[in-house]
Amino acid sequence: MDFNDTPAEATFREEARAWLRGNVPTATELEGLDPIGQAKLWQKRKYDSGWACIRWPKEYGGRGATTIEQVIWNQEEAKHPNLPGAVFSIGQGMAAPTLMAWAKEEHRRRYLPKLASGEEIWCQLFSEPAGGSDLAALRTRAERDGDEWVLNGQKIWTSGAHYSDYGIIVVRTDPTVPKHKGLSYFFLNMKSPGVETKPIKQLSGDANFNEVYFTDVRIPDDQRLGEVGQGWQVSLTTLMNERAAIGGGSAGGDFKALLRLAQTVTIDDRPAIENPAVRAKLANWHCKRSGLKYTGYRSLSALSRGETPGPENSIGKLVAAPMTQDIASFAMDLMEMSGAVWDEGYSPDAGLFQAMFMAIPGFRIAGGTDEIMANIIAERVLGLPQEPRLDKGIPFNEVPTGAG
Amino acid sequence: MNFEFSEEQNLLREQAHGFLGEHCPMTKVRAVLDGDQPTDRELWAKIAEMGWTATVIPEEFGGLGLSYLELAVIAEELGRAVAPTPFSSSVYLATEALLLAGSTAQKERWLPNLANGTTIGAFAMAEGPGRTTAANLTAAAHNGALHGTKVAVADGDVADIAVVVTKADSGDGASLQLVELGGDGVSINPQRTLDFSRSHARLEFTGAAAEPLGPSGQGWALVNKLFDRAAVLFAWEQIGGAEAALEMAKEYALGRYAFGRPIASYQAIKHKLAHAYVNNTLARSNGYYGAWALSKDAAELPLAAATARVSATQAYYYASKENIQTHGGMGYTWEFDCQFHYRRAKLLSVNIGSETQWRNKLVQALEQSNAA
Ligand SMILES: Cc1cc2nc3c(=O)[nH]c(=O)nc-3n(C[C@H](O)[C@H](O)[C@H](O)COP(=O)(O)OP(=O)(O)OC[C@H]3O[C@@H](n4cnc5c(N)ncnc54)[C@H](O)[C@@H]3O)c2cc1C
Repeated sequence: MDFNDTPAEATFREEARAWLRGNVPTATELEGLDPIGQAKLWQKRKYDSGWACIRWPKEYGGRGATTIEQVIWNQEEAKHPNLPGAVFSIGQGMAAPTLMAWAKEEHRRRYLPKLASGEEIWCQLFSEPAGGSDLAALRTRAERDGDEWVLNGQKIWTSGAHYSDYGIIVVRTDPTVPKHKGLSYFFLNMKSPGVETKPIKQLSGDANFNEVYFTDVRIPDDQRLGEVGQGWQVSLTTLMNERAAIGGGSAGGDFKALLRLAQTVTIDDRPAIENPAVRAKLANWHCKRSGLKYTGYRSLSALSRGETPGPENSIGKLVAAPMTQDIASFAMDLMEMSGAVWDEGYSPDAGLFQAMFMAIPGFRIAGGTDEIMANIIAERVLGLPQEPRLDKGIPFNEVPTGAG
Repeated sequence: MNFEFSEEQNLLREQAHGFLGEHCPMTKVRAVLDGDQPTDRELWAKIAEMGWTATVIPEEFGGLGLSYLELAVIAEELGRAVAPTPFSSSVYLATEALLLAGSTAQKERWLPNLANGTTIGAFAMAEGPGRTTAANLTAAAHNGALHGTKVAVADGDVADIAVVVTKADSGDGASLQLVELGGDGVSINPQRTLDFSRSHARLEFTGAAAEPLGPSGQGWALVNKLFDRAAVLFAWEQIGGAEAALEMAKEYALGRYAFGRPIASYQAIKHKLAHAYVNNTLARSNGYYGAWALSKDAAELPLAAATARVSATQAYYYASKENIQTHGGMGYTWEFDCQFHYRRAKLLSVNIGSETQWRNKLVQALEQSNAA
């Protein structure tokens, strides 16, 4: 065990640092670009110098770097706050590992480099009105027609569908068999005729997720990942990577900002941080953050030995999401009456905590709710039995459904 | 960077696990709990024979000269087994105090016997309920004669020597003394404890012969340093205990049926155990970092140690109480083993200072690292 760099790692870190110093986009460079344009600029620049998706093999647009080098890169990149780029996380973090595991070589060479360079953005078309936590209850149909499949149905909550070029999608290809057995997995061009995207306004006021409707959309059979009926298994590859990707946790800017805030505002004329109740909360949150960080490192060690991310990654989001909500709420308490003001020019850290407070309810739901994460840990990590269920072993079209 | 124990360390863990499975089954813990002996001397002798008491002591003083990572591995297994021995007092506190502050002569005199287990050490600090500070200490040594009373001295009735924190008129207000408990002027009175398998005692000193350990007036700084080191090792015992408690709850939940199905299939039970798993995983990961910081004597040790200590304390408390809850009425019986973890979790959580105190230290360390 050694948390310090080896000489080779230190050299790599220095190289990464130096490159970042010279290449992080300046405010002037980003001026006038929308967030996607900004993200694309930065991603392409990284790609051109071999710093995009560095752990991917070179032939797919990566650098062939080790897992530890990826950690070092992430640490160094995180030292530059506010870099654009979140729009690529679904494509690079979920679609790409699924393509690597299930797509044919020709497709990997066609699609992965453009994912790495940021030229093409991907979205994840999984959830449906009738299938969220119970994803396998989804109803969007695909029927075979020669070398093609014809899609009809609706997806919902699709983040970034409105600016995506491609999507990964699970659909029902056989409603007469038990629900997990009748699914198949494809990728499709979001510009295909018959795809219609409608934004949904979120609780926070933004509109980053969408409803996506499919009317006789044609997908070449060539774009199927896995066998017909194997869609559930392929989805699990995506979901495991989703948990690993989302679970990783943020760079910690929010906690540092909270510490700063507690040192700045006062309680009874003393810095808030001197208050024992405040200290207790800070200590508890630090323990969780630090525990998550080193849990992440440990699972990376497992990854570097060639193991796939396991269900234990579910703890990341399960711990981080409710904690972040509590941190945001508490930070506003520290501001007292000013906590209610959300004004970038007035609020501490330009309204970071207010923004977090409004974003976090979605984080507790997206990618598996807190409750589903706890179920996954209980069932797949601890081996506890599932609750009795009423949809096992019967054809999908005979499963009872609710009104909604 | 490498975030794993080495293959040798994992082998040591397996070996320790096997050894304790054989020599320290729950029936042994129960024998101490039910009996009138304060500790299991036979087990202690075997542990010493394994060399565990000698782990980090340098070879020149009769030890094995291994690292704190090895000691962390052993601590985890001792915690898992709820071993009824004075290991934490003698190894994490008394031995560490000598390593930290002892003169060469003191090390030569005591370390070989601490290493081979023939000498058991204890650490004496508290004088009453509430937090001990340099300012409220009253026990003091003058010209080598110690006067005063120490309470809640873990393993004080089985120890041969004690490291005693005394009042100093200079420096940070405290000094450390080394006292032989078999000598004149020492009266040892066992105190009934929460965890009968770990005895505590009140030590009354009336002119007992005391030797200064480390410079006078630097005792408080030494205590803090000592506690930072011990905290990591205590944390590993707590982590081992927390995992054992979760394991026990899981096994019971799988076998116990209610309303026609295993209670382990009810979400209220599943989520409780999932949360115990989460706490334990976070504590373990913090323990890794703590163990590394301790083994390297890294500048981050105060923060790493407090973090490991707080999360391990929380994890063990949660797992030990929810283990009882998962067992229902059975969990509340003398006959079932749930009580061992519940008792031990609390004992360990106050032995080197409460969670409140460690949370405070944690934030102090954060403030310092933020300022730096
Ligand atoms: C911000 C955001 C972004 C998203 N982005 C995407 C995306 O890009 N692509 C995509 O495919 N999906 C996306 N989703 C959808 C997300 O995956 C689903 O919302 C989520 O899986 C929950 O499904 P649901 O909304 O149908 O809620 P439901 O499944 O109806 O859940 C409602 C409540 O019931 C609880 N519940 C359900 N089943 C159980 C059970 N077995 N045990 C205990 N409690 C249970 C849930 O925990 C929840 O509290 C996004 C969601 C959000 C909020």
